[in-house]
Amino acid sequence: MTLRAALAQGQFVVTAEASPPKGTNVAGAIAEAEHLRGRVQAFNVTDQQSSVMRLGSLALCYLLKERGLEPIFQVTCRDRNRIALQSDLLSAAALGIENVLCLTGDHVKLGDHPQAKPVFDLDSVSLLRAAAGLVAGQDMAGKKLDGTPDFFLGAVVSPGADPVEPQLLKMEKKAQAGAEFFQTQAIFDPDAFARFMEAARPMGKPVFAGIIMLKSAGMARFMNRNVPGVHVPDRLIEVMETAKDRQEASVGVAVELIRQLRPLCQGIHLMAMGWDHLLPRVLEATGLAAQGVV
Amino acid sequence: MPAGSNLEAVLSAGRFAVTAELGPPKGTNLSVVERKAEILRHCCDAVNLTDNQTAIVRMSSLACAIHLRRLGLDPVMQMTCRDRNRLALQSDVLGAAGAGVRNFLCLSGDHQQFGNHPGAKNVFDLDSIQLIQVLAGMRDTRRFQGGDEFTGDIPMFIGAAANPFADPLPYRVVRLAKKVRAGANFVQTQAVFDLEIFGRWMAQVRARGLHEQVAIMAGIVPLKSVGTARYMRDYVSGIVVPDAIIARMEDAADPKAEGMAIAVELIDAAREIPGVRGVHIMAVGWEEVVPILAERAGLLPRPLI
Amino acid sequence: MIVAQQKPLEDIRQMARGFRRLLVLGCGTCTTICFAGGEKEVGLLATSLRSVLGQEIEIEEAVVQRQCEWEFLDQVGEAVGRAEAVLSLGCGVGVQGIGERYPGVVVLPGLNTAFMGLTEAPGIWGERCMACGDCLLHRTGGICPVARCAKSLLNGPCGGVQDGHCEISPENPCAWVLIYDRLMQQGRLEQLEEIIPVRDWKASHSGGPRRIVRPDLREMVEEEV
Repeated sequence: MTLRAALAQGQFVVTAEASPPKGTNVAGAIAEAEHLRGRVQAFNVTDQQSSVMRLGSLALCYLLKERGLEPIFQVTCRDRNRIALQSDLLSAAALGIENVLCLTGDHVKLGDHPQAKPVFDLDSVSLLRAAAGLVAGQDMAGKKLDGTPDFFLGAVVSPGADPVEPQLLKMEKKAQAGAEFFQTQAIFDPDAFARFMEAARPMGKPVFAGIIMLKSAGMARFMNRNVPGVHVPDRLIEVMETAKDRQEASVGVAVELIRQLRPLCQGIHLMAMGWDHLLPRVLEATGLAAQGVV
Repeated sequence: MPAGSNLEAVLSAGRFAVTAELGPPKGTNLSVVERKAEILRHCCDAVNLTDNQTAIVRMSSLACAIHLRRLGLDPVMQMTCRDRNRLALQSDVLGAAGAGVRNFLCLSGDHQQFGNHPGAKNVFDLDSIQLIQVLAGMRDTRRFQGGDEFTGDIPMFIGAAANPFADPLPYRVVRLAKKVRAGANFVQTQAVFDLEIFGRWMAQVRARGLHEQVAIMAGIVPLKSVGTARYMRDYVSGIVVPDAIIARMEDAADPKAEGMAIAVELIDAAREIPGVRGVHIMAVGWEEVVPILAERAGLLPRPLI
Repeated sequence: MIVAQQKPLEDIRQMARGFRRLLVLGCGTCTTICFAGGEKEVGLLATSLRSVLGQEIEIEEAVVQRQCEWEFLDQVGEAVGRAEAVLSLGCGVGVQGIGERYPGVVVLPGLNTAFMGLTEAPGIWGERCMACGDCLLHRTGGICPVARCAKSLLNGPCGGVQDGHCEISPENPCAWVLIYDRLMQQGRLEQLEEIIPVRDWKASHSGGPRRIVRPDLREMVEEEV
């Protein structure tokens, strides 16, 4: 069953991340995804996350799809103009990829090619609109297509942003532009998320709460300082700081968060930050183990 | 280290190579690619997949190249600098190389004004020569442009385009020399109709010894009608169509047959020019003609290496 | 200079509609020289607006020497104070300068800021510089391919040269043909053999909005204070 079908049936879905390698060796990324086969509905394949140059999202999506794993093709506006973006979207459809997550993308300055020219011909909203246009059978120029894609379009939202109102406005715009589901930035404060969902729920689009595996107190503090919209409460920092076994503690934090978030939304999006091996335990402990099984 | 592509093998075996062009569909219909691939399968050594040629949105050359590999053909993935910055270009190369694509053709790209998205922002983070440098750097020094080293090989047979017919004529060979120095292994030229200009350019190429450093393939465009010929003469920059060819097309009872005859003559003539090591046939939307031309020019069967 | 062009009158009318007191403010530097926002253009535009907007609006006119410097903007403080909106005939810097000096007043752009260039002939202006922040004119015969080539190609012309002109705007000469001719004239054609390596675009707008801080000048200012 596809992500779209699972959501249509009201299933609570789990998605995870697959990071393309820096190089052509895809074995590791595929093995990590295989490890989660049957436990995760779909895999977000990142598009050169944090502007670090890596193997293309399209290619890894295709390789996962070939193995019967469901990819979510992440596309950013940082490196490609509207011609390349639409071309890549058509290609994705031809290669059997259905889910597309549209992002604006980080600035190149944050990555490992800070000298590059960033593109930003489109932004996430106009990219969603362009993708929805392709689904309707025409490109941005209004030209009819020979073969149209049938995308399930997604977007991101940051419920922890302060102020949150601009996020909600943009979410609404994204929904109008064609987003059918939303994945969120990492959530650590279920109460704030509940308030966010009260405002977001009327839009009627499924929301997957982002769960980042906390690896240490230092990482939590780093995120609090540097990642807008992410706030790890002191209580969780203390849990990590005093933990005898940080991996145990990390699983515990994630499980607790998922239990609290589950009644509020339609799915979770897991960001393992390299601790992929812990995800099966998190899923088993929360009773979310069987996913994406045909 | 050899890249391991069929095109490279044919050229390094000293055989006269044939490549042809395949335009990806304007939509998701892969059967178009499959149909054209079957036409081209036995009459050329590699197939160029254009990258949103003339700035018209089509399926990406990456996806088509991967698909062509799946069908057992040797793809030449064309890459332009118009739509992608250095992150996307290198990322696409990794993806393609990971899927077995070995030939990469580096182009600046047509300006978006000619296409169906004239309002697009162009990128041009790199130019074609710099793109060759970046790819050659990944191949030869295992470094990304940003400076990071990586492990493992990225075998690549790197191509470039050359235009012997555009202004300023004396500068054209200089530009080729830069492409060779940047790391190009093969070169496909703009469509040749004027053998005199092409011959002069090749003489300059030989005078610099470039023909020994890079495999030069002459571009051949079969003419369908006198209208096409005139259009190319009048509106396509960098293409020179001599009056004699226009006249032949005008007088022809069967313009398509005449166009094929001209193309075969051009192929024959190009083969005679020292330093020309192959032809690149661009039969835009007329792929059926490629096997006929290859047959008549005595280029079949293609070598199996 | 910064070259600008007046917006269509209808666009300006739409922007200005609904304000009862408007100050049309010209700029005495770049936009005066390119005949887009000097005293004469301010007068003509004010007259046109009075005729299309009629009684509903009261229009004042003024010109400052430069809208991009506080000391000149300060001279029109009273006129700005009387207006509900200022229609600036300066470049985009001027529009924002007025807004920063007088945040309470609505500023409307009367011009489209086009480019940095020079007057090629009376009534003709051409782009010359894109402020990429890392000048390479010494390597290209003093002619900028970043600003003057449609693809900003750094290593020679593409195939789209038609009779020495750019295929995408036939009224513009190909920058690389100009560079070639100039270097030939100077007997420096060997410069064309040089491969200009991949650029660092950080110094351009690609690196984000730019700002220059000159410590030597800052020190002087701080000493005075």
